[in-house]
Amino acid sequence: MDFIKKIFQDNFAKSAFIILAVLYLVILLADFIAPYSNSYSNREMSYAPPSKIYTIDENGKLSRPYTYNYVRCYEPALMQTVFKQDRCRKYYLRLFPKSENYKLLGIIPLNRHLFGTDCGGELYLLGTDINGRDVFSRLLFGGRISMTVGFLALLVVFPIGLLYGGISGYFGGIVDTLMMRFAEAVMAIPSFYLLIILAAILPSGMTSVQRFSLIVIILALIGWAGFARVVRGMVLSIKKEDFIQAEKTIGASNLRIILKHILPQTTSYVIIAMTLSVPSYILAESGLSFLGLGIQQPDASWGNMLKEAQEFTNILYRPWLLTPGLLIFIAVLSFNLLGDAIRDILDPKSQKRI
Amino acid sequence: MDNFKYIFKRILQVIPLLIIVSVISFFIIRLSPVDPLAELRLNPSISQETLDKEIKRLNLDKPIYIQYFSWAKSFLKGDLGYTSAGEKVSTKLKERIPNTLLLTTVVIFMTWITGIPLGILAAIKKETAVDRLLTIVSSIGMAVPSFFFAILMLIFAVKTGWFPVGGLTSYNFNEMSFLGKVMDISKHLVLPVIVLFTISLSGLQRQMRANMLEVLDSDYVKFARAKGLSETKVIFKHALRNALNPMITLLGFEFAGLLSGAALTEYVFQYPGLGRLILEAVMKSDINLVMASLMMGTIMLILGNLAADILLMIADPRIKGVKQQG
Repeated sequence: MDFIKKIFQDNFAKSAFIILAVLYLVILLADFIAPYSNSYSNREMSYAPPSKIYTIDENGKLSRPYTYNYVRCYEPALMQTVFKQDRCRKYYLRLFPKSENYKLLGIIPLNRHLFGTDCGGELYLLGTDINGRDVFSRLLFGGRISMTVGFLALLVVFPIGLLYGGISGYFGGIVDTLMMRFAEAVMAIPSFYLLIILAAILPSGMTSVQRFSLIVIILALIGWAGFARVVRGMVLSIKKEDFIQAEKTIGASNLRIILKHILPQTTSYVIIAMTLSVPSYILAESGLSFLGLGIQQPDASWGNMLKEAQEFTNILYRPWLLTPGLLIFIAVLSFNLLGDAIRDILDPKSQKRI
Repeated sequence: MDNFKYIFKRILQVIPLLIIVSVISFFIIRLSPVDPLAELRLNPSISQETLDKEIKRLNLDKPIYIQYFSWAKSFLKGDLGYTSAGEKVSTKLKERIPNTLLLTTVVIFMTWITGIPLGILAAIKKETAVDRLLTIVSSIGMAVPSFFFAILMLIFAVKTGWFPVGGLTSYNFNEMSFLGKVMDISKHLVLPVIVLFTISLSGLQRQMRANMLEVLDSDYVKFARAKGLSETKVIFKHALRNALNPMITLLGFEFAGLLSGAALTEYVFQYPGLGRLILEAVMKSDINLVMASLMMGTIMLILGNLAADILLMIADPRIKGVKQQG
């Protein structure tokens, strides 16, 4: 409890913590909050701009918020299709309207969403993409992948790194030399090059779950070496302490000493390293997906949604397609700020920040 | 004499590292279910003769460890094979590596001449408004995804029309005078440099600040102050030199980070560098090209670290005495 209290004393860390908590809550309840499902697509409405929401009606009076549907029409003078508002009918915004069926948290069957419009209305808060899919809804579903990939990769990296670094540092000698040379070799390959190569050799035709897990493993393969090296350095100094010598004299097995007595000493470093390395995994996943090597359509991730921003016409005339980038930025920034604060609390000696 | 011994020892250490790296990358690529000659086979302008030559050169009909040795042999001879488009891999690399080196050198140079002073400034003005502002700016710089920032810069370039978009040279590059050529390249470099500079500056500034704070807290700096030296003298004569040493090690890492980070930026700006080359090669599963550029990237990275080590040895004579750990 003391720990959380300390986080809340730092303004940056407090805001970062709240932002992350909100983000995770929103993606957890994405089915409920998003007005459309992940697979919804309206082919007629490709690249529709964000719906405009009005609170003052045509007579200048305050009204319940409403919106108009868009209709697509061809403008011969401009030689392009444009979206015009269909002013004949107003669609009022409503709370908890009935629409597509889904299962909340994967168990509770529901058909009401947080918000929507009257029957027949279309509400695209952040416009639509090339396939006429609601960008806002996909941002929430994409967040599920982008925000969890980092943590899952860490769950793979940390046991490997801890054990590898622990064994290498504890035994020393030839074992240490061989293990460290191998780790250094992995670190010597430019990580992003290795990342794209590993992602590219994944066989096509995998299910999205398989692909997601393999991306997690690939991210982990890049990150373990640096972590193992630091753990080894810490183990080298811990193993000289008296209590380890004492353990040895009473005849504890090597594995027991490493797992029970040495590695727990590295806990605070591990926690710091964890929060500080989540952002790099988020960035790596989004980079991969941006290139088309990571999470594949029709699944959404913030990186592959940004893929559409590679086209000039899109970034110039459809700026709403850039919103995933903004979310990546916010998530990474929050993790960094939180990580800094946690480091300052757990490791007061380091003076990296204020 | 001692210096040479140290440098020689470090160079010797590079060789086993390179061998392990080549084994790892070779097996990753070759054990994948991708046919290394698939593209070559599909290309109608490639004759059966060339194909047979490639199969023989790569020993594709033999077990994998023999394949590795034959690959290593031809790599050492400088024969890197052909790309799927039928070009020589080595010409392609010769074209691209200088571009990537140019980009990274400019970026490193710029980050150092701005990052170091800013780090010192933040450390001296610790916990003032200046320091807080720098912390906020560097947090933002560290959080922007490079490719997203690159896209934003592209929008900026297209809207203002101030900078050319894509590539390294204009279409009429060959007709320009020498000065014109230099100007043309610099103009094309501006945007990618801004992107990479912003991103690597943040880390460098923070590191420098941390080092400086640590040094300023040490006994010899306190002693220098107690002697009555002026603050400028304390900082620039005593603190700075010691705070800079760890930064030199960082130089090697920065080089590595830039190689990786540059790939996405090069891709967005269509910059003809090694990063984009390997990306395109990966997309086309052009195995020869992937393998060769991966090795080149690794060699550049190792050489960068080596250079940093040697620099550090010159700057900090204590290093030689310490037995290298691990």
